Amino acid sequence: MTYLRPKFRHPESPKNNLGYTRQYYEGALSTLCAGCGHDSISGAIIQACFEIDLEPHRLAKLSGIGCSSKTPTYFLGNSHGFNSVHGRMPSVATGANLANRDLIYLGVSGDGDSASIGMGQFVHAIRRNLNIVYIVMNNGCYGLTKGQDSATADVGSVNKSGAANQFSTIDLVGLALELGATFVGRSFSGDKAQLVPMIKAAMAHRGFAFIDVLSPCVTFNNNPGSTKSYDYVRAHLEATAAVDYVPFKSEITASYPEGTGKTIRLHDDSEIRLRKLASGWDPTDRGLAFARLQESRSNNEILTGLIYLDPNRKDLHEMLDTVGQPLNTLTEQDLCPGQSALEAINAENR
Amino acid sequence: MKPTNIKDPEYFHKVVDCQYACPAHTPVPEYIRLIAAERYTEAYMVNWESNVFPGVLGRTCDRPCEPACRRGRVEEKPVAICRLKRVAADNKGPVRQLMPQGPFPSNGKKIALIGGGPASLTVARDLAPLGYELHLYDDHKKGGGMMRSQIPAFRLPESVLDEEVDFILDLGIHRHFNTYVSSMKDILSQDYDAVFVGTGAPKGGDLRKIPGREEGDANIHIGIEWLANVAFEHTDKIGKKVVVLGGGNTAMDCCRTAKRLGGEEVTVVVRSPFKDMKASPWEIEDAQREGIPIRNCMPPKQFVVENGKLKGVLFEKVEAVYDENGKRSLVSTGEPDEFIEADEVLMAIGQENAFPWIERDLGIEFGKWDIPVVDRLTFQSTNPRVFFGGDAAFGPENVITAVAHGHQAAVSIDLFCQGQDLRERPAPTVNLFHQKMGIHEWMYDSQVVEDLRYAVPHAANEVALKDRKLEVELGFSQDTGFKEAQRCLNCDIQTIFTDRLCIECDACVDICPTSCITFTLNGEEEEVRARLNAPAEELSQDLYVSDTLPTSRVMIKDENVCLHCGLCAERCPTAAWDMKKYLYQVTKTCQVWDIMAPVQL
Ligand SMILES: Cc1cc2nc3c(=O)[nH]c(=O)nc-3n(C[C@H](O)[C@H](O)[C@H](O)COP(=O)(O)OP(=O)(O)OC[C@H]3O[C@@H](n4cnc5c(N)ncnc54)[C@H](O)[C@@H]3O)c2cc1C
Ligand SMILES: Cc1ncc(C[n+]2csc(CCOP(=O)(O)OP(=O)(O)O)c2C)c(N)n1
Ligand code: SF4
Ligand code: SF4
Ligand code: SF4
Ligand SMILES: [Mg+2]
Repeated sequence: MTYLRPKFRHPESPKNNLGYTRQYYEGALSTLCAGCGHDSISGAIIQACFEIDLEPHRLAKLSGIGCSSKTPTYFLGNSHGFNSVHGRMPSVATGANLANRDLIYLGVSGDGDSASIGMGQFVHAIRRNLNIVYIVMNNGCYGLTKGQDSATADVGSVNKSGAANQFSTIDLVGLALELGATFVGRSFSGDKAQLVPMIKAAMAHRGFAFIDVLSPCVTFNNNPGSTKSYDYVRAHLEATAAVDYVPFKSEITASYPEGTGKTIRLHDDSEIRLRKLASGWDPTDRGLAFARLQESRSNNEILTGLIYLDPNRKDLHEMLDTVGQPLNTLTEQDLCPGQSALEAINAENR
Repeated sequence: MKPTNIKDPEYFHKVVDCQYACPAHTPVPEYIRLIAAERYTEAYMVNWESNVFPGVLGRTCDRPCEPACRRGRVEEKPVAICRLKRVAADNKGPVRQLMPQGPFPSNGKKIALIGGGPASLTVARDLAPLGYELHLYDDHKKGGGMMRSQIPAFRLPESVLDEEVDFILDLGIHRHFNTYVSSMKDILSQDYDAVFVGTGAPKGGDLRKIPGREEGDANIHIGIEWLANVAFEHTDKIGKKVVVLGGGNTAMDCCRTAKRLGGEEVTVVVRSPFKDMKASPWEIEDAQREGIPIRNCMPPKQFVVENGKLKGVLFEKVEAVYDENGKRSLVSTGEPDEFIEADEVLMAIGQENAFPWIERDLGIEFGKWDIPVVDRLTFQSTNPRVFFGGDAAFGPENVITAVAHGHQAAVSIDLFCQGQDLRERPAPTVNLFHQKMGIHEWMYDSQVVEDLRYAVPHAANEVALKDRKLEVELGFSQDTGFKEAQRCLNCDIQTIFTDRLCIECDACVDICPTSCITFTLNGEEEEVRARLNAPAEELSQDLYVSDTLPTSRVMIKDENVCLHCGLCAERCPTAAWDMKKYLYQVTKTCQVWDIMAPVQL
């Protein structure tokens, strides 16, 4: 009987610039079903945080309820975390973000958690361009409650009990795009080569970074006829471009031949580079993104990759014009500067 | 890379690092698990089947298995494999009834075994149950060879050796002790169907060219001859000041023995640098623990003899200089020579083969250094009836190598006597056993403990140095033995991959603590090794490569630091990974004990 992870690691495990190995970013051993896509996404998050030299105390994990929402226990054991009520993660995240703008926020949710019970919260967080990485581990069902169809199940997708879904599907990528999300991507749990750089880029982005990750539920939605199974997803993937994330100060290594690549500079001077870009494709063009998304739907393709990016829009703090210092560190002295300050303000308005 | 052929018996054998490194291929993890289960008798028998002298080897083995042990690659030190063997031997119950029971029906063949060391005794044990009439010759009064004449009693109690030698002699071996064989021609003229030569490497090195050697002869001794005299009680004291020349294990046994026979100032002097000493690190440690200084970079220049009496040894001072090819030469430092006083000198400077008793017209060819020409696979000499093994075959080695030779020579002798081709040897026996009992339950203890290696307790110097026969190492208690046994990673529980079951979900990749598993595109080995999830720089360890998977990738597992924890198999949704126990038994004439028995008990 094991179910305990040995402490030993590869003796030549690489270290990042902080001197940590990947192990430092791990969490408790997962209790999800063996083979669950969510575990792979956890692995990708660990890898991304290791690669960007994240200091774990600088990140807060927030989630709702569901197998997907359980995963923050299984990664970044040294970071902050809050497991909220079903579908209520966005409001908790908004509050946390307003109170301490210095942390990196990682919201982890499920298709049930975001597209059903939490839909109201989800859409408003997008509208406000809350500075958060928002990952939906999308398995097309309610995994935790034993596999009922979720709102992201495709029309005609057959669930484990053999019934085909008749209700219209919610495409979270289309929805995020529509509501003004400033970073929109889609990936697949089984493709870490694409997912890891995308998470790194999303963490560098200021604003609402939404990633819809198809994540097969091995136990309840990996049957023939399901459009969220490993086999189906693999057979229908279609990538916009390969994403590389290049942090600021890194040496510029490659320049792309005309038409094959594009570099987008983020607010902190890090860069996102796109390789193997489909011809005529520009991820900063919202209109194109809508069109491409529509086209892939009619072709029965699952469009993955970075679909839209606007690195320049104001985030919630900028729109509200809050002070640069995190609100939770303001002292009474800062908040009540005294009679003379009040008089100065009043004088200005006379 | 080509998909790995796991049907090749050597593939998984190599993964069991200790067993692979053991010359006799003892199924180490199998006996270690039995020790953890307090089944010492079975643990002993697993050893006895493979290495014939578990009690002896549990104390004295050169233990090539330990530097090979996987544990040493994931933490500081390997499993104390050798000392665990002793736990089995110390705690075993009655074992005789588990061994082959004679008298064995005769097969009409008669074999002479010359020399009574571990090589000949192994041949005897392997052939006796098949009905061979075996005649063992040795010039000493008892069997055991150098295990008796050289390994000091404070490392190997005589009772332990006697017991294990007798297990074999009692299989009905004809003993010709106190019999020096002085003519091979004579032996070959008798009606032996085959002759096995296991006479060891009996000639100790001397320093004939050093001035003063002749004059001081009465107090200058050849180390191995002196040790034999001590063992057979012809010598029971030594002068107060003793110089031991040499840096190998024989030097360590000489100095420690001298210390027990009255040597008060015993000094070991090595001609080369400390780091080049041939002695095993633990033997050096043991000598140092007994307060014996080891001086280095001092070749002897002269035995100083005054008025016919040895006064001491004069040494030159040198340093090691390496040329561009890394070849070492010892060059004088120009410092003044150093004189070390000595009443007696023990020369422990190497051992050689010597076959003055083998006539050179018998079709037995000899090569360089008087070493016979012997086939490395069959142990047959150029005279088809004559086989060599142990130190006699290729020069001095150790007990476990002599045993390994013995097994293979026995196979050859049996094939030869049956008129069969010696090169068409029976295959090793291999078996795979299921281990799965539940989702997270295996028949083996898959949990990896973090304990560091436990140290074996020693008798205090004050008592140990007073008695030549008092064993210094006390062995592990049962409790410590259990804890040490738990450190074993069960490398024989193999990870087996079935590509058609894999859905490429990555669960195994994510869970593997030591990042062994990668799904990637295939390529040439050198280039593939560089792009796995963790560097695969240990080239002696294989990559396990699957057939091409639906995504056109392959699964590649670097065997190097796999902990055999079974987590990959526990996390795999489709049982594409499974853990199975791999039992490899090297080719022998017959199975003298059914190793599978404890599995079914
Ligand atoms: C000081 C010392 C310490 C050692 N310590 C260790 C140790 O700790 N661990 C280890 O693994 N190995 C050790 N060895 C090495 C080990 O003892 C030998 O490698 C091993 O015993 C070789 O076995 P064998 O069967 O080839 O021959 P041997 O053990 O050498 O036996 C050969 C026997 O044949 C007899 N013989 C030789 N010629 C004739 C003849 N013509 N007629 C009749 N009899 C003959 C010899 O007297 C001897 O009894 C040590 C060796 C020395 C010298
Ligand atoms: C308020 C509330 N309503 C209903 C539930 C029951 N419930 C638990 S998880 C879940 C669905 C989770 O689905 P999803 O977010 O897709 O997560 P998955 O398990 O599929 O990863 C539901 C309905 C609940 N826990 N709380
Ligand atoms: S850990 Fe155990 S099985 Fe593995 S090499 Fe070491 S002793 Fe052998
Ligand atoms: S048994 Fe499996 S999970 Fe454990 S170390 Fe080996 S490959 Fe990795
Ligand atoms: S866990 Fe099993 S199914 Fe998943 S990738 Fe590994 S071997 Fe394949
Ligand atoms: Mg879900």
